[in-house]
Amino acid sequence: MKQLMTGNEAIARGAYEAGIRFASAYPGTPSTEILENIALYKDDIVAEWAPNEKVALEAVVGYSIAGGRAIASMKQVGLNVAADPLFSFAYTGCNGSAVIVTADEPGIHSSQTEQDNRYYAKMAKLPMLEPTDSQQAKDMVIAACEISEKYRTPVIIRMTTRICHSKSIVELGSRREAPNKEYKKDIWQYTTMPAVSRKLRFELEERLKGLTRESNNSPFNDIEWNDKSIGIIANGIAYQYAKEVFGEEASYLRIGFSYPIPMELIKEFASRVDTLYVIEEVEPFLEEEIRAAGIACHGKDILPGIGELSPRIMEEKIKGVKKELLPTKPDKVTNRPPVLCAGCAHRAVFYELGKRKDLFISGDIGCYGLGALPPLNAMDTCICMGASVSAGHGAAKAFTEYDVKKHVVSVIGDSTFFHSGMTSLLNVIYNKSKTITLILDNRITGMTGHQDHPGTGYTAQGEESQEADIEKIVKALGVNHVRKINPLQLNELHEAIDTALETPEPSVIIARWPCALKKLSAKDKEEFGEYVKRYIVKKEQCIGCKKCIRTGCPALRFDKASKKTLIDPIMCNGCSLCAQVCPVDAIVLDQK
Amino acid sequence: MVKAKSILIVGVGGQGTLLASKILTQGLMEMGFDVKMSEIHGMSQRGGSVSAHIRYGEKIYSPVISEGEADILISFEEMETYRWLNYLKPGTGIAIINNYRLPSAPVLTGQMDYPEDLIEEISEIANAVVVNARDIALELSFAKSMNIVLLGALIKIAGLDNMDWENIIRSIVPEKYLEGNLKAFAAGMHSVI
Repeated sequence: MKQLMTGNEAIARGAYEAGIRFASAYPGTPSTEILENIALYKDDIVAEWAPNEKVALEAVVGYSIAGGRAIASMKQVGLNVAADPLFSFAYTGCNGSAVIVTADEPGIHSSQTEQDNRYYAKMAKLPMLEPTDSQQAKDMVIAACEISEKYRTPVIIRMTTRICHSKSIVELGSRREAPNKEYKKDIWQYTTMPAVSRKLRFELEERLKGLTRESNNSPFNDIEWNDKSIGIIANGIAYQYAKEVFGEEASYLRIGFSYPIPMELIKEFASRVDTLYVIEEVEPFLEEEIRAAGIACHGKDILPGIGELSPRIMEEKIKGVKKELLPTKPDKVTNRPPVLCAGCAHRAVFYELGKRKDLFISGDIGCYGLGALPPLNAMDTCICMGASVSAGHGAAKAFTEYDVKKHVVSVIGDSTFFHSGMTSLLNVIYNKSKTITLILDNRITGMTGHQDHPGTGYTAQGEESQEADIEKIVKALGVNHVRKINPLQLNELHEAIDTALETPEPSVIIARWPCALKKLSAKDKEEFGEYVKRYIVKKEQCIGCKKCIRTGCPALRFDKASKKTLIDPIMCNGCSLCAQVCPVDAIVLDQK
Repeated sequence: MVKAKSILIVGVGGQGTLLASKILTQGLMEMGFDVKMSEIHGMSQRGGSVSAHIRYGEKIYSPVISEGEADILISFEEMETYRWLNYLKPGTGIAIINNYRLPSAPVLTGQMDYPEDLIEEISEIANAVVVNARDIALELSFAKSMNIVLLGALIKIAGLDNMDWENIIRSIVPEKYLEGNLKAFAAGMHSVI
């Protein structure tokens, strides 16, 4: 049977067909749908959202050493978080097979960096596969399990956004059940004490020799001979673009098993073509090795190393063809930056923070990063998961040390707090910085599209679970001043921030209200009720002061002709923020 | 078999471009085409500009449409049509425009003005078909079916109506919204006859 699948869906299908029994991940674009789709195979695979990527990978390490087949998936910066176990796991190797998926983001669509995670494979000395479409994504999970088992090594599958989120046709197969491997205690294999690691270090190099042979003979590194005047070596989506542009005008070496690099095969291919192009997105990972092997080629000398490639870029840079485009006027295009949704409770928090002077607002990763943009303008930094609290601590120390009159507010989401904010807050308490930690508890992992986390009380596969209580956690970490508020009550929010600013010790404000787009759980409905309210503007009362517009709510618009605010009834989620900021009570609940 | 065709669906996060592209690609596959589709998720969903690239034909390589290569650009919002217009193939490309405006944050906060004459601008340089999808959807008392109205118009204009699309929609759309969506689809097809 054939099915149209995204690369992520295909990875999930591959996990099912490969007989994988355990999956763990932390959500992150563009990798999120891998675990979401694995979770649908409820009878065959246990799928878990871990609090962070390090935990996810470590769960896979344990599952594999214990003898089972497992997969971990994460976005590119997630592998930074999981890098610690990654390197050790390369040393110990696995018992049952282990697959690690990293989803990179050339073009930085929804990430902090454009890092090329292929270098992790080289640095950790792990085999790496890179699919060029969804069919290969599925096939490579099955192959990765086989390689993993044969060489007792974890295997990396490296995707990019265009592979993860592109659909192509996949031929489905059936699941092959794999028995578990017997677990035998062996401290000379599974502990990384220095004496053991020194032994494993040699084994790692030996393993790489075998994997190099494997890579040179892999069906994923395939040659297609056409015209030999141009030879193209390409990986991932770049291969598809090359095929699109050059068709049969060139010969191709598609690199799917990309580490260890199949240099014997590359040498053979290169020797039979006139001009060699190495086409890869972002870094010259293959190219620098190819050049180091003494093979002349073109690559980053003509193609950009920043951003995504495209068929058009290849046409222009390699073929020298420049196509005419429609003569549009760029100055007529208005920007459309992403915005916090109508009804988002984060808006209230940033509206309130943005009004205050002398704050250093330390932000974090999530929708609430948008608090930095106008009209809210309420953020100073946004670095990486969990950094709001720890960088906030550092900033507070500097401001104290240099006698700068700034108060630090660290703003972090619920899922991000569980991910890596807890240890940061422990540092605040232990090392005594007077920061305010504002936890935006919207009851879900919002930006990646609503995944459960330890605080929601449900697992990835929909089972009820112990709900992590943020208030109890922060108190246990040693925070003496904790307030739990409804951020959509501006008075309450205002007063809580005032109080926190006056408190001479670290404090925490938990702003608890569900994401405006969240499908409320039974527990949520009990706590928050079902709010299906809409607000309307009493036109005769509106004085056109635009105070409501300055909340940045996308449901509001200012009608220049009548000089009044209008509320889009389809978009309004009834949060009441605009009504609360209106100085003349012109915005009221729609009683209909 | 036809040469590769490219359809670019654009709009604003939350307008339902993804559902429209899902129905379209499923139908194309069942028609026997090789199909690829590419979209971007994540941050841009939050009220930002969104796009779904759809390519079909005998054999498809790139899932991404390059500038100047779209046979049809279908846009759920006026400004988005203009933003993506350079993706349309000069000469033969057709722009299907929903004459519906969603002012973006810089417009709402008064930093920029929403141009009034976009449809005229577009019509001057490209083949434009205007669909009043919001009114059609509102007439059906199903405001959120604007995406399916536009899908109906697209399928008619792309000459893909030789297919049981109702059946495809039935297999994808939840029962609760099925009737409204089927009506919206038919109304969309009818709107461009």
